Amino acid sequence: MTRALALAGRRLVAAVPVLLIVAIGCFALLEAAPGDAVDAYVGATGGDAGLMQALRERWGLEGGPLPRLGHYLWSLAHLDLGHSVAFARPVRDIVLERLPNTLLLMGAATALAFGLGTGLGILAGARPGSVRDRALSISALALHAVPGFWLGLVLILLFSVQLRWLPGSGIETVASGLTGTARALDIARHLVLPVAALGLIYLALYLRVMRAGMVEVWPQDFIRAARARGLSRRAIVLGHVARNALLPVVTLLGLQAAAMFGGSVVVESVFAVPGLGRLAHEAVAARDTPLLLGIILASAVLVLAVNLAVDLIYAALDPRVGAAERA
Amino acid sequence: MIGRLRSLEGVLGTALLLMLATGALLAPVLVPHDPLAIVAGPLLPPFADWSVPLGTDRLGRDVLAGLLYGARVSLLVGLSAAAAALVVGAAVGTAAGFAGGLIDEALMRIVDAFQTVPGFLLALAFVSVAGPSLGVVVAAIALAAWPAPARLVRGEVLSLRERDFVASARVIGMHPLAIALREVLPNALPPALALGATIVAGAILTEAALAFLGLGDPNQASWGGMIAEGRTVLRTAPFLSLIPGAALVATVIGVHLVGEGVAQRRTVP
Repeated sequence: MTRALALAGRRLVAAVPVLLIVAIGCFALLEAAPGDAVDAYVGATGGDAGLMQALRERWGLEGGPLPRLGHYLWSLAHLDLGHSVAFARPVRDIVLERLPNTLLLMGAATALAFGLGTGLGILAGARPGSVRDRALSISALALHAVPGFWLGLVLILLFSVQLRWLPGSGIETVASGLTGTARALDIARHLVLPVAALGLIYLALYLRVMRAGMVEVWPQDFIRAARARGLSRRAIVLGHVARNALLPVVTLLGLQAAAMFGGSVVVESVFAVPGLGRLAHEAVAARDTPLLLGIILASAVLVLAVNLAVDLIYAALDPRVGAAERA
Repeated sequence: MIGRLRSLEGVLGTALLLMLATGALLAPVLVPHDPLAIVAGPLLPPFADWSVPLGTDRLGRDVLAGLLYGARVSLLVGLSAAAAALVVGAAVGTAAGFAGGLIDEALMRIVDAFQTVPGFLLALAFVSVAGPSLGVVVAAIALAAWPAPARLVRGEVLSLRERDFVASARVIGMHPLAIALREVLPNALPPALALGATIVAGAILTEAALAFLGLGDPNQASWGGMIAEGRTVLRTAPFLSLIPGAALVATVIGVHLVGEGVAQRRTVP
C-alpha cells in the first residue's frame, strides 16, 4: 500500500510541470486567436469603449503578454477556466455539465475495446500463425482503418434507419418523463451505437498487443515446463501464456485514453451525444476559443487521471513496479 | 525497396496504394470537370448516367471527380504531415538524447504535455485558430503526431551514444554536432521509419475527421467533407457517404498493409 501511495505521489508531482506546459500552450493559442474575450463578448452582447475598458481590467487582459499569462495561470489555479462567449456562462460549469456523458461513453467504449480486444487477442495468440490467427489479425487491421465518424454513420444507417432497432441520436428520449431504471435503460439504448462506433475502432490495438505479447511468451522455458507437467492446452493458454502477456495490455489503457478522447469528438458529433467532444465541435463552430481551451485543459487532466489510475492498477498487478524505482 | 515488400501484405498494400496514386495523379485526365463544379442534376444515383458514373451529390457535383481529387488531398496531407512529424520528432529526439541533462528533461516534459492533450483536439484547436487551409491542416496534424517518433528516436539515441563507434568518433575529434547528425541519427532512424506507416494512416484519418467537422480546406474536394455532405441526405442517398468512406478505408488499409510488409521484412530477415 505504501508502495502504491509513494508511486501516486511521484506521478502527481510529475504531472504539475506537464499541466503547466499545457496551460502555457493554451495561453499561446488564445493569444494567437484573432481578438480577445472582450471583443467576442462585446461583439455578442453590445457595449461601448468604456465597458470594454472596464471588462479588460476585470478579466486581466491589460498589459503585456507576461502579466496576462500570469493572470491566466492564476485564474486556472483557482479553477476558473474563463467565460464562454457562445453560452454566456462560465466555461467550468459547462464542462462539468457535459463531463458525465463523455465519461460514460468513454468508459463503456474502453470496456468494450479492452474486453473484446483482449479476448480475441487470446484466441489469435493461442495458436500463432494458424488460420484463425491470420483471419483475426487481418480483420483487426481492417477495423483499425475505419474512421470513427464513418463507422458511426454506417451503424446509424443499418440499425436505426434500415432495421429501426436502436435510436441514432441523443443520449435519452427527449421529455420522456422516465425515471430510475427505465431512464437508465433508455440511456443505455441510446449509447449502444456510439459505444460500438468508438469501442470497435480501438479494439484492434488491444487485440494486436495481446497477441504480440503471447507470441513472445510461447517460446519461454516455463511454458515448456508447464507442458512437461502435462497441463491441458487450455490451462497453459489461459493460466500461463495469456496471464503473462496481459500487463502490456493494461498499459495500453492509459496510452489510449488521449486517443479515445479525440475519437469521442467525432463520434459524439455524429450521434449528437451532449458530451465534451461535441462541445469541442460546438466551440469551434461558434469560434469560442476560451471554451475550446477549457475543454483541452479538462481533457489533459482527465488523461493524467486515467494514467494515474492505470499506474496504480499496474503496481497492484505487478509487485516489481515501484519497488526498484525508489532510488 | 522491392525486396523489402515481398510479403503478401506488402504486395497487396503497394498495389492498392499505387492504384490510388495513379487515380489521384490522372484525375484531370479521367474526369474532365472540376470536382466542386455543378455538372448534372442533383442526387443522381450511381451507374444511372455514364457521364457521372458514381452519381452526383445534393448540388449536382460529380462524386467520381470528388473521389479522385479527394485522393490527392488525402495522400498529400497524409504524407506531408507524417514527413513533418518524423523530421521534427527525429530532431527533438536526437537533441534530447544527445544533450542529456536539463535539456533532455525539459524537452521530454514538453513531449509529455503534447501526449497528454488528445492529438485530435490539439489539431482541431490549431486549425480553428489559424484558419482552414491545406498548409494549416498539415501543420496541425504534424503538431499532434510528432511526440511518438521523438520518444522513440530519443530512446535509440540514448542506447547508441554509449556504443564504441561513437566513442571512437569522439576520440578522433569529430564535432559533437557531426557525431549526432552523421553517426547517431542514421542508426536511430529505422525504428522511427517503421512507425511511419502508422503515422501516415493516422494523418489520413485525422485529415478526414477535420474535414468532416467542417475544418478542411474549403477550396479542395476532400473525402471527409464529402461524407459530411452526404450525411445530410443519409436516409435518401446513403451512397454519398458510403462511397468516399469506403475509399478512405481502402487507403488506410493499403498504408497499414505496406507497414506490415515492411515490419515483417525487418523482423524475419
